[in-house]
Amino acid sequence: MHGFKPIAALMAVGCVALPALARADDDVAALRAELQTLKADYEARVASLESKIGELEAVATAAPAPEPAPVASPGSSASAFNPAISVVLAGSYADTSQDPEDWGIAGFMPNGGEIGPGDRSFSLGESEITLAASVDPFFSAQLTAAIAGEDEIGVEEAFFRTTSLPAGFTAKGGRFFSGFGYLNEVHAHAWDFADQPLVYQAFFGNQRAQDGVQVKWIAPTDLFIELGAETGNGDAFPGTRRHQNGFNGTTLFAHVGGDLGDTASWRVGGAWIDLDAENREFEDTDALDQPVVNAFTGQSRTWVADAVFKWAPDGNSARRYLKVQGEYMHREETGDLSFDVENAALADAYRSTQSGWYLQSVYQFLPHWRAGLRYDALDSGTPVIGLVSSGTLTTADFPSLLPGDPTRTTVMVDWNPSEFTRWRLQYAWDEARDNGDTDRQLFLQYLFGIGTHGAHKY
Amino acid sequence: MKSFVRGALALLFLSTTLQAQAAVRILATTADWGALATELGGERVDVYTATTAMQDVHRVDAKPSLVARARTADLVVANGAELEVGWLPVLLQEAGNAHIQRGQPGYFEATLSLALLEVPSRLDRAMGDIHPLGNPHVQLDPRNIATVAKALTAKLAEIDPPGAAYYAARGADFGKRWTEAIGRWQAKAAPLKDLPVVIMHRDQAYLCHWLGMRELASIEPKPGVPPSAGYLGELVTKLAASPPRIILLNAYNDPKAAKWLSERVHAPAVVLPFSVGGSPGAKDLFGLFDDTIDKLLGAVK
Repeated sequence: MHGFKPIAALMAVGCVALPALARADDDVAALRAELQTLKADYEARVASLESKIGELEAVATAAPAPEPAPVASPGSSASAFNPAISVVLAGSYADTSQDPEDWGIAGFMPNGGEIGPGDRSFSLGESEITLAASVDPFFSAQLTAAIAGEDEIGVEEAFFRTTSLPAGFTAKGGRFFSGFGYLNEVHAHAWDFADQPLVYQAFFGNQRAQDGVQVKWIAPTDLFIELGAETGNGDAFPGTRRHQNGFNGTTLFAHVGGDLGDTASWRVGGAWIDLDAENREFEDTDALDQPVVNAFTGQSRTWVADAVFKWAPDGNSARRYLKVQGEYMHREETGDLSFDVENAALADAYRSTQSGWYLQSVYQFLPHWRAGLRYDALDSGTPVIGLVSSGTLTTADFPSLLPGDPTRTTVMVDWNPSEFTRWRLQYAWDEARDNGDTDRQLFLQYLFGIGTHGAHKY
Repeated sequence: MKSFVRGALALLFLSTTLQAQAAVRILATTADWGALATELGGERVDVYTATTAMQDVHRVDAKPSLVARARTADLVVANGAELEVGWLPVLLQEAGNAHIQRGQPGYFEATLSLALLEVPSRLDRAMGDIHPLGNPHVQLDPRNIATVAKALTAKLAEIDPPGAAYYAARGADFGKRWTEAIGRWQAKAAPLKDLPVVIMHRDQAYLCHWLGMRELASIEPKPGVPPSAGYLGELVTKLAASPPRIILLNAYNDPKAAKWLSERVHAPAVVLPFSVGGSPGAKDLFGLFDDTIDKLLGAVK
């Protein structure tokens, strides 16, 4: 410290003196500044010493400080570096007025995702296990595995992330939920309803996980600005793996956000997802009601717009808060559609333009109690099917591509006796089926979190 | 795309040149550590406080404005002891700022230099939302603030070496005024010694410990667990034999349960500022304790 002070003083002199020389070209001014800095430095040191004396005198009269408790020595066992483990257990009871077996989203190709109301009666939901830790000073890593009630284990996310890139960059690689939109990155246990909005179910089979890499940049501004780009193998709806090397697909996203005073905050975003699909198969029935497997090959481009607004009195969300969010998606697909790939194997051009949106709001009206309302709407448009316009087949051969405008209205109330428990009652009027029948769906859901206290994203 | 990249680069360049001239940018998680950083850093620092006294710091969103501030921060001044466990890790992770990661010089935790009260001997969430490292609400014992001030002064000098002498002088000056103030507060608060009180949450424990007030019970049966009607009924019965003189409440707490109890046990519920900004009087750290002690003395008169 003693050796350091003169250097600091010299540096301070240099800082003050050099610009003065350059500006005024006046030696006298520089010398004066130098003297003043030295004087200021000595005054500061004298003041510091004086106050130290005063401090010591006062401490002698003040009450003694609390005795420091013995500091626990960090364990040296092999388990000391175990990653943080958190487990979420979920389950539900469902009661639906229509048979969940014939549920489908009218006008949208089935996408293979675990979508729809699920099974009736009691069902074990996905049990989610997350392990996370720093790898070294440069990387952190996380694994989230989901064990489905049907005894299947799936890798939901498994990725590394950089912690030390310069200039606001973060890179991620492995399997991760793509950064577009608002809900896509949110794990199922943190959803505000028991299921995803219809637009996420129809467009991404609930949510899109990317096997690939992501680069994100945060602007050095007080306004939150985030830009991100991703690419990968394309192997998640609406893309597929291709029989070739290289990357499939580009995802670009941007988010902007900030505060409105002490009580409210907001974030809006936009994204563009461009993917290739190669023999993206889906099950359908032909005009004779026989099951067939059809496939799409071509380009799929999706635009996403998202917005979130949160408000709490005094900014204190522990007592009451309001959250409003909405997202809009628009997709264009162009390419070829193959009919009955295993037998007839007919193919011709295909083009579709589809869109959908949801708007939802959750209000915590009492501590630990929340109520929510959500409205979903989709517009499948009318696809241009070459095999139909050429007269080879009829629209009756593609029942799942018949135009539809599914809607759904959902209400929910949940009770959260602690941060780690949630009981939810949800009721939905679902008009997603092509026959237009209303499916009245009742869900009673539980969510329990054990292990590490997880941190949640905005 | 090209013009976008050029724009982004220009923005990047602009921001780095601006930052080179600006003060040390500090992101403090609570109003109290923000106020301390301002006391010690003076004109050399630009302090942004993530939360206000009206917020429950356990429950804060990792909102976009905070990620943006974390991105440009030179130093994060956190409370630590897992107080911010629900949101600070997300900020650090999302900010893309290597300087403020845990273990880096730009990350400071106040509780690291303190011995905490109520370190649980057994960890089980059946005991409520307990903090494994001990009670993190340390700021209501001013002796803790004096200890943290020394650590933070050293940290500021480490982050901003040209200002070392400046911080040392300010730190010494603050230490002197603070020690005098502690003596004044302790003398003034002498009548509060052994005063029987009921507290709301464990976050008033350090205040009680410092002033020697006697905690009879807390309104939350377990940390983070709201009281049920049955529990409050039992509390009234239990307190009938040895009634409290006052019930302590923080500015951000829901006053309902405390008011209900107050009427039944005939003890006033005193709303304390808890943090800088929690009352009109608590404008800075000195005001926080002046106001807290005045409110306590006013209630027992």
